[in-house]
Amino acid sequence: MSWLEKLMPSKMRGDGPRSKNSVPEGVWTKCGSCGAVLYTAEMERTLHVCPKCNAHQRLRARQRLDLFLDADPREELATGLEPKDPLKFRDSKKYRDRLSAAQKDSGEREAVVMMAGQLKTLPIVAGAMDFKFMGGSMGSVVGESFVRGVHEAIERETPFVFFSASGGARMQEGLFSLMQMGKTSAALSRLADRGLPFVSVLTHPTMGGVAASFAMLGDINVAEPEALVGFAGPRVIEQTVKQTLPEGFQRSEFLLEHGAIDMIVEREQLRDRIHGVVSMFTHQAPTLAAADDAPVGDTVDSAPAAEASAQAETPSAPTESGTS
Amino acid sequence: MAQKNLDYLDFEQPIAELQEKIEELRFVADGSEVNLSEEVQRLEDKRRGLTEQIFSKLSTWQVAQMARHPLRPYTQDYIDGMIDEFVEMHGDRAYADDAAIIGGVGRLAGEPVMIIGHQKGRDTKEKIHRNFGMPRPEGYRKALRLMKTAERFNLPVITFIDTPGAYPGIGAEERNQSEAIARNLFEMAKLRVPVICTVVGEGGSGGALAIGVGDVLLMMQYSIYSVISPEGCASILWKSAAKAEEAAEAMKVSSVDLERLKLVDEVLKEPLGGAHRDPAGLMAHFKERLVDELARLRAMSIDELLETRYQRWMAFGDFKTTG
Repeated sequence: MSWLEKLMPSKMRGDGPRSKNSVPEGVWTKCGSCGAVLYTAEMERTLHVCPKCNAHQRLRARQRLDLFLDADPREELATGLEPKDPLKFRDSKKYRDRLSAAQKDSGEREAVVMMAGQLKTLPIVAGAMDFKFMGGSMGSVVGESFVRGVHEAIERETPFVFFSASGGARMQEGLFSLMQMGKTSAALSRLADRGLPFVSVLTHPTMGGVAASFAMLGDINVAEPEALVGFAGPRVIEQTVKQTLPEGFQRSEFLLEHGAIDMIVEREQLRDRIHGVVSMFTHQAPTLAAADDAPVGDTVDSAPAAEASAQAETPSAPTESGTS
Repeated sequence: MAQKNLDYLDFEQPIAELQEKIEELRFVADGSEVNLSEEVQRLEDKRRGLTEQIFSKLSTWQVAQMARHPLRPYTQDYIDGMIDEFVEMHGDRAYADDAAIIGGVGRLAGEPVMIIGHQKGRDTKEKIHRNFGMPRPEGYRKALRLMKTAERFNLPVITFIDTPGAYPGIGAEERNQSEAIARNLFEMAKLRVPVICTVVGEGGSGGALAIGVGDVLLMMQYSIYSVISPEGCASILWKSAAKAEEAAEAMKVSSVDLERLKLVDEVLKEPLGGAHRDPAGLMAHFKERLVDELARLRAMSIDELLETRYQRWMAFGDFKTTG
């Protein structure tokens, strides 16, 4: 069993068609970006970032939270919510059938996973979207789960971190899905009023109604390299303005240049960087950088000199149980 | 067959033909000794009957076409018809003045209010100037500036929604269209004055919602509100924009469907044949409803108002709860 499988909740692990979707089979994996053929084990060690071209491969919601949160304690929130089909929607397929297919395919009930846990011992609530579930689209359950996560953060007086990966609102739920934009943003305005930080992490891709609501409302907006982030899709824009889009349009680097995000952070540094900012926002004492043994492997010594030297009288974080 | 009358939609053409006959008859009657008034009356009754018949069973797609009717009243018309002493305010104070959103202060039955709405154009030149009612980020930022001004001076905010959607352009993305919309949702949720939103024509997606987070949502009878335009939905799910009619039906975008789904508080009945056939009549009723709603919201304390608004937004969504 790989380290990844060990981390997964039992319902995702084991036999059946589910496991093959979350864990690449075989010894070799091909990078979808540069085509390099890589050891699967190597890709796991690099958190699914291609060592040849640095392409950040898409992560499942649970994988994402597994990599981000301390191994323990963790508590899944907003469980027991299931999508409905209020419009009896059907195009070439029934929405109902699309939902069951997505559930079977992904092993998830919906396109979001929400957890309360710790980030380098700092209590937080964190959520992530699952692009594999209908393109991470936002319907009523995604909106409700998000809001429950925010309310839990308010209840526990902790920061809230959310990883977006979505094509936008879920058309099959019509105006219900549009209203989730207002709902999630309203919840964040309450979080902000309570003085609690929200960190929005934009991963590939974050578009449409998700970009135009909670994803752009972070106290800091962080993006992974080369993530596509924007309101309108590139094809729609191209058809509207009838010109070719500039190279790198709507990518993280473009967003940084135009002032939309605070920083681009490599996957292996996300824990450190977000922890650093959030602990300052919440006036925590500096922590020992070395206390973090995130599943980063031996690739990079990510602790900046300043952070390493700022150890002082900090009560050092208890050793985490590690994930390998 | 008579030439197509552009003031009438395709499904209204039989009405247009009758109307033409009536006008011809009137013209003839004017210059002759023969009394044709009986005949005119007969045709007018017939036209009325036909209009009632056609409008009694509009499909969702026909409602969508009505919402985009070229003669439909726009925000400026509602301002002219219902608001006194209107003073338009311009610009987002940072980049530009977006003509696709207009706003300013004025009096609603004496009470000063802040009006904000999408604005479409009538003729080609104005359509282009207004960008077909599709705002860029500076439009939403102007709207937010006016809302904050309203909050500062305790003026209720009244918005008119009528847009195909936020503009999908290169510059709009460079200036962060997503954030401009998101910020408005975030701020409107806690704006410390009553906010009344009405969809008067097209409620196109996030570009509509960006001035649509409030205490009350009203819709005109022949207006639509949707998460994506019927054409956009059709081109994604049906792989063809020509299937817009089916997409509109499937997404249930009409005011009546949305009221049934409890996503809209009230649908305001329009005159026979649509708002543009009797704007004055419609606006008299609309104005009354706005005044009533405002009085109801004003009766609440600010804390109560904000808590009610918050709970209203938290309640949006339809899902199952399993253990």
